[in-house]
Amino acid sequence: MGWLLVNGQSIALNGEKSLLDVVQNAGIDLPTLCYHPELTIHGACRLCMVEVKGRGVVAACHTPPESGMVVNTNTALLRRLRKMALELLLSSHDRECTSCSRSGNCTLQGLAHRFGIRDLRFSQDDTDRLPIDRSSILVRDPNKCILCGECVRICGEVQSIGVYDFAHRGAKMQVTTAFHQELADTNCVHCGQCAAICPTGALVIKPQIQEAWNALMDESKTVIIQVAPAVRVSIGEEFGAEPGQSTMGKLISALRSLGASKVFDTGFAADLTVLEETEEFLGRIQKGEKLPQFTSCCPAWVKYAEQFYPEFLPHLSTCRSPQQMMGSLVKRYYAKASGKRPEDLYMISIMPCTAKKFEAARDEFTTLGIPDVDLVLTTQELAQMIREAGIDYTSLPETPPDRPFGFVTGAGVIFGVTGGVSEAVLRLAHERLTDTELKNAAFTEVRGYSGMRSWELELDQGTLRLGVVHGLANAKAILDDLRAGKVYFDLVEVMACPGGCIGGGGQPITNVNGQVRQERGAGLYQDDVVTAVHKSQQNRDVLNIYADWLDKPGSPMAHEFLHTTYRKRGAQWKTSGRAIGKA
Amino acid sequence: MTNTATNLQMFETGSSTNFLDAVLAKHGSEPSALIPILQDIQENDRYLSQEAMDQVAHALDLSAATVYGVATFYAQFSLEPKGKYVVKVCDGTACHVRGSLPVYEALRKRVGLANGTFTTTNGRYTVETVSCLGACVLAPVITINDQVYGHLTVDAVNMIIDTLEREGEHDD
Repeated sequence: MGWLLVNGQSIALNGEKSLLDVVQNAGIDLPTLCYHPELTIHGACRLCMVEVKGRGVVAACHTPPESGMVVNTNTALLRRLRKMALELLLSSHDRECTSCSRSGNCTLQGLAHRFGIRDLRFSQDDTDRLPIDRSSILVRDPNKCILCGECVRICGEVQSIGVYDFAHRGAKMQVTTAFHQELADTNCVHCGQCAAICPTGALVIKPQIQEAWNALMDESKTVIIQVAPAVRVSIGEEFGAEPGQSTMGKLISALRSLGASKVFDTGFAADLTVLEETEEFLGRIQKGEKLPQFTSCCPAWVKYAEQFYPEFLPHLSTCRSPQQMMGSLVKRYYAKASGKRPEDLYMISIMPCTAKKFEAARDEFTTLGIPDVDLVLTTQELAQMIREAGIDYTSLPETPPDRPFGFVTGAGVIFGVTGGVSEAVLRLAHERLTDTELKNAAFTEVRGYSGMRSWELELDQGTLRLGVVHGLANAKAILDDLRAGKVYFDLVEVMACPGGCIGGGGQPITNVNGQVRQERGAGLYQDDVVTAVHKSQQNRDVLNIYADWLDKPGSPMAHEFLHTTYRKRGAQWKTSGRAIGKA
Repeated sequence: MTNTATNLQMFETGSSTNFLDAVLAKHGSEPSALIPILQDIQENDRYLSQEAMDQVAHALDLSAATVYGVATFYAQFSLEPKGKYVVKVCDGTACHVRGSLPVYEALRKRVGLANGTFTTTNGRYTVETVSCLGACVLAPVITINDQVYGHLTVDAVNMIIDTLEREGEHDD
């Protein structure tokens, strides 16, 4: 493959796509603002400039490496140009760092610090201050946007939605929505990936921390907190732990210390989901209808289907997501069992996800004005509360969650990673279909991080065809193939975020990439290994709920409290709703 | 001069869905057809309405934000309805030194444009400046719906508008 020289050091080429990869692999950290390994190359920020002998200054991210190149990364010219590029970016950037929620983990701030920018030669241009959009779950502040286009590309390329694009020209160029609509009026599915990838504070999660403090301080409310599986392997990153290290015990201690009267595990509701969803799946197989069945745990995926593929809505499992099942359990069952009124209980969810905020606010999940889930906080927001309260997270003791909704099997835990829902359902469906007990519950075949995976499970009763996708562009591809009759599946799992919930838009911002996500995923699989019970059908506390309240999976009671309905949303085509020029 | 004036279908009325279908049939629904499609709509409607851009996005399987980005990038597209008569006043170097700004101001005053607006409230006139029409020998020069008027003075401008107004009486 040849070799080249980087700062005089000979480097063997090994199929790298760009000079940037070569230089990074040589141990030199070139600064970037608009480059992300999982997106197309934009080449706008110019910070990764290097000097190539005979060519002058080039942006390393979009220069293919060639054998014999002589590359320098740290010359007087490059230092001057890089600094100037940063100064120019900063001159049109709202630099109110102290009150910015990204202060401390802002890529731009970090680079300004790293390159020792102390005096700005260019004065701040604030003649054209643009309005801040607070209409939705995110806050979009265009005054902090540096036009790197990462949100444009992740929304368009990874999620196939394209809420944002560049508009206008020259000095007036902006990244904005169509017609400058407020985010709440667009077809945004609230996955939060744009905020997760934004290198500045232009896109951040709208904090709801004050609402949580208010509830925790309100003596008339009993605050009950549920924690989603993916949070336990990521929140430690906020306090110095390695990604993937499960800190569930410390997390529960922190929540008690903040004032939670009970802490439940959303994984418990995931076990309940497995029982309901498998029952529904086996029913559909028996009747041979509405196949494939799509999973419905991911609220961003549900909204996506409602907006873009309404003809597939009957294929979605009618099961509520684990978050909403837990909300229903707490407000409809636990309230009565503990002698309280539903309105006296305040349910907070700790989620890796921004779309869960939208889900909790759906009309379907409010009864007589009382929401099943009162407030959803992301991993990021909880970490902020823990810091604010002065809790030393790393030295907290480990405590278990509360009964009756605290025990979770390994199947419930792996819900947080792509392929996990399918595997959890298989651990029950396989036993039900073959009428034999599974000795080894791990279906490692469905695991992995490629965006679209399929797998056939051969049984005496026939072949089960399984599809697993993450990233909505992959969901779109599979839906288009299904629509065209090119593929056939029995069960399709969809998670909107790359890697599943572990890569959710509410997770800690630690320059999230495939590596970090895989470490978090490995943490969940490890939790499954060390858990005594691996199958949801063996969660005794779940079985007790049926004996005591819900009768059996798929019963009328279960349907009333654990299932839901979907609606067609035509928001994005305001005029006709009619496809023009397409069948 | 009157080809845009005689074809006043607007998207809001819903009467031009057939028009959009015809435009799509002509250009196809590949993303590369976006600009020619927008040009045809602009010519027909004299602007790009949000509804039209939404429908084009849907038809080409592009996001509305992308269509909006293209529409706002090019100066040839207008997102607001233009007047029946679009007056382009050249303010290139040659026209500028030969008095294009007095001509521009006279035009604005004659058609009654309020400060900061470019299209009259009755929808008859849009007055805008352009950087160079490439007819410097005629400086100062303007075009009205692609008809060229050269060697203009303030008096000449007022006479041209008077003529258009008289034609307008026949129209209405």
